Amino acid sequence: MKLSLFKVAQGCRLGTLNNLGRKGDRTMEFPGCLLYTRTGSAPHLTHDTLRVISRVPVMTQLTLSSLAEHCEVLEEYKEGIGKFIGMPESMFYCSLHDPVNPCPAGYVTNKSVSVWGVGGRLEMTAAKFMSVQQALQPDWFQCLSDGEALCGEVFSTKRARKSVDRSLAFLDECLKLQEQSEVLRNCVMIGVIEGGDTLEERLRSARETAKRPVGGFLLDGFHGDAMTKETRLQLISSVTAELPEDKPRLICGIGQPDEVLECIEAGVDLFESFFPYQVTERGCALSFSFDYQPNPEDTVLQQNGEKEEGEIGDHIDKVTTTKRVPETSFEINLKEKKYCDDFGPVVEGCSCYCCKNHSRAYVHHLLVTNELLAGVLLMIHNFQHYFGFFYAIREALRKDRLGQLKKLVCRQAS
Amino acid sequence: MAAPRDSQSTRSPEPMAAVAASAAGAGTRAPAALALRVVAECGRSKARACELRLPHGTVATPVFMPVGTQGTMKGVTAAQLDSLGCTICLGNTYHLGMRPGPELIQKAGGLHGFMNWNQNLLTDSGGFQMVSLLALSEVTEEGVRFRSPYDGTEILLSPEKSVEIQNALGSDIMMQLDDVVSSTLTGSRVEEAMHRSIRWLDRCISANRRPDRQNLFAIIQGGLDPVLRSKCLEEMTKRDVPGFAIGGLSGGESKEQFWKMVTLSTDRLPREKPRYLMGVGYATDLVVCVALGCDMFDCVFPTRTARFGSALVPTGNLQLKKKQFAKDFRPIDEACTCPTCQRHTRAFLHALLHSNNTTALHHVTVHNIAYQLQLMDAIRTSIVEHRFPDFVRDFMKTMYGELRRCPAWAMEALESVGIPLN
Repeated sequence: MKLSLFKVAQGCRLGTLNNLGRKGDRTMEFPGCLLYTRTGSAPHLTHDTLRVISRVPVMTQLTLSSLAEHCEVLEEYKEGIGKFIGMPESMFYCSLHDPVNPCPAGYVTNKSVSVWGVGGRLEMTAAKFMSVQQALQPDWFQCLSDGEALCGEVFSTKRARKSVDRSLAFLDECLKLQEQSEVLRNCVMIGVIEGGDTLEERLRSARETAKRPVGGFLLDGFHGDAMTKETRLQLISSVTAELPEDKPRLICGIGQPDEVLECIEAGVDLFESFFPYQVTERGCALSFSFDYQPNPEDTVLQQNGEKEEGEIGDHIDKVTTTKRVPETSFEINLKEKKYCDDFGPVVEGCSCYCCKNHSRAYVHHLLVTNELLAGVLLMIHNFQHYFGFFYAIREALRKDRLGQLKKLVCRQAS
Repeated sequence: MAAPRDSQSTRSPEPMAAVAASAAGAGTRAPAALALRVVAECGRSKARACELRLPHGTVATPVFMPVGTQGTMKGVTAAQLDSLGCTICLGNTYHLGMRPGPELIQKAGGLHGFMNWNQNLLTDSGGFQMVSLLALSEVTEEGVRFRSPYDGTEILLSPEKSVEIQNALGSDIMMQLDDVVSSTLTGSRVEEAMHRSIRWLDRCISANRRPDRQNLFAIIQGGLDPVLRSKCLEEMTKRDVPGFAIGGLSGGESKEQFWKMVTLSTDRLPREKPRYLMGVGYATDLVVCVALGCDMFDCVFPTRTARFGSALVPTGNLQLKKKQFAKDFRPIDEACTCPTCQRHTRAFLHALLHSNNTTALHHVTVHNIAYQLQLMDAIRTSIVEHRFPDFVRDFMKTMYGELRRCPAWAMEALESVGIPLN
């Protein structure tokens, strides 16, 4: 793998990762995201429906938690996870946990980390962990790590220190095991930066992990609301400052558009795409604009449109309907009654399969009648919208317009 | 949204004049919205292969029509359904009449526009659902009176109302409202229902505001009584409808009684109009009923069973959630050309079915629809190539292991039309 950095502007890195994949001939652009999957499949989508989406990431995220219990089957299958799940053309990054389903805390020891599959808890020692990776044969995988520094009732420096110590110990053990396996030597280990909300520990984790022969870095434990936004971004910046320029930086658990941009400014390269899935599950469609260079003629209409979105009537809808899941201001809730006879596309100007072929009224009907197709159509739209967002980020960076894009996105944040 | 935005079908629908003209040219006096051409007939049985021209394209029969109850084929997109080779599917008047309602669908350009399906649609009358889904429904000469399960308001579904809703839906084939009684019922209620269905047929025919674009089919009733059924056939065939459905079967009756009513019906239905056997979808039943002279079938079974992880195969079905498939690296069916079988193994589907990712259901749904359509295609080809009896024997051998294990009713039925199984 070779990282080529085109430019760094206001902390944001724009570049490509080259010589990726089995044959060393694949390329991945960053900033970018990975395709989110659940048990090896994009949620709701078969190959045919995934295929109609534009700009699907070249690298797919698998979660160890959903696949570890199938280790025996994969060992017998022998041909690796890509072929098993019917995605032989994709590259794979295997994360430890699923960003959407947080697992119960308190199951990390000096010897093992537990993941939760459908069948229950699976204890991963370094040896077990590496044998699962051997069966999966991913291109990249997150090393076994202790991400629970901020999971207790009280955040202590002691616990932060432990998360770093344990993760480094796991890393060294896994690296040793990797060396002994011909199969695993072809996989890239991603080192995990831990340390909770303690600057000292975060720096130590970054420096120590960077000393090891890892292919990239995962910034773990920055999701959720354990830290304030300011603390999070300061820590991320401090961490990335310690990391080598020529290796990719991934972050987990961050998906909202405004937060993505902030993390890019703090030196992060790659993100997950679980956020569009969460939006889908609450019957919503991503609708935020990332078109910071609109047609001048449209600008007037858009401004008026934006005004309409903020009207009192809308707000009342949002307040009176009982919301059990947190909706963001980057999306519209197609279950709302007002969409029942709206025959326009889900998002005007969107060229996804859902918007080209179906109306808000139809998707509303599917949601109201609990039909499976609702999830399919929304997932298609939400993925395409999200991948389009990342494309816009790269384009904006290329043209030195990221500031404008950020302003536009943040204006739409609640 | 009357015009499709993105045409998923490479077939363009025949303009009405052309359908009528070609129908006239074929020497059959058929209404403008439908034309049936018999392409081949089995020399022995009553099986036939036809071309059914409808406003949204030609359908090759015998045909299996998947059921997309609420204006969607479950997790399968219209584009996927199209690439599977489906040319006609069902929507349910009762469900769609309740939600989102006929006015809204009409605003959307009919059901075709609403779900963006540019091929043919068949809607049923709503009668069956009401009787089967609702605890309290009351049938009078007026129609079926019931309470909406959503807001409790009292609704009357009359023949006129049913046709009105179906006119709004704009389906290519619509069904008359019939007085549906359980097939296990006997006595005067069956006779009453049969006569009422005839009267309701006439009311439906009168109520159809779009006979040039929407084909109203009659539904033969009469339960399991040959006298009643014959009477119904005699009367209904006097009416000039574009097609006939054989109804009142596929309930709890025995298969013995079932096939006898089917064959009695096809004996007395006109050759040059399509025969639609409602609610039949098991593979064996399809093969036998094609032999008995039926052209069209619908059933929720293939798509419903898919959502339970059950995949249809020539030997029956595979319960993919079962442990035995965990390490089975073969596709569902080696000979199947569907996208699921081209790309995925039983083992992967097994694993996925145990997750909460709905994709698992879609994979099996796609396969099961493909299985049904491929089966009908194979049946049709064998009729066209004059080897349908051999096809039937091969089919039964594969399904039951050996011919003598084939269910008795199927053997009798096939024997009755000149296809002995031993």
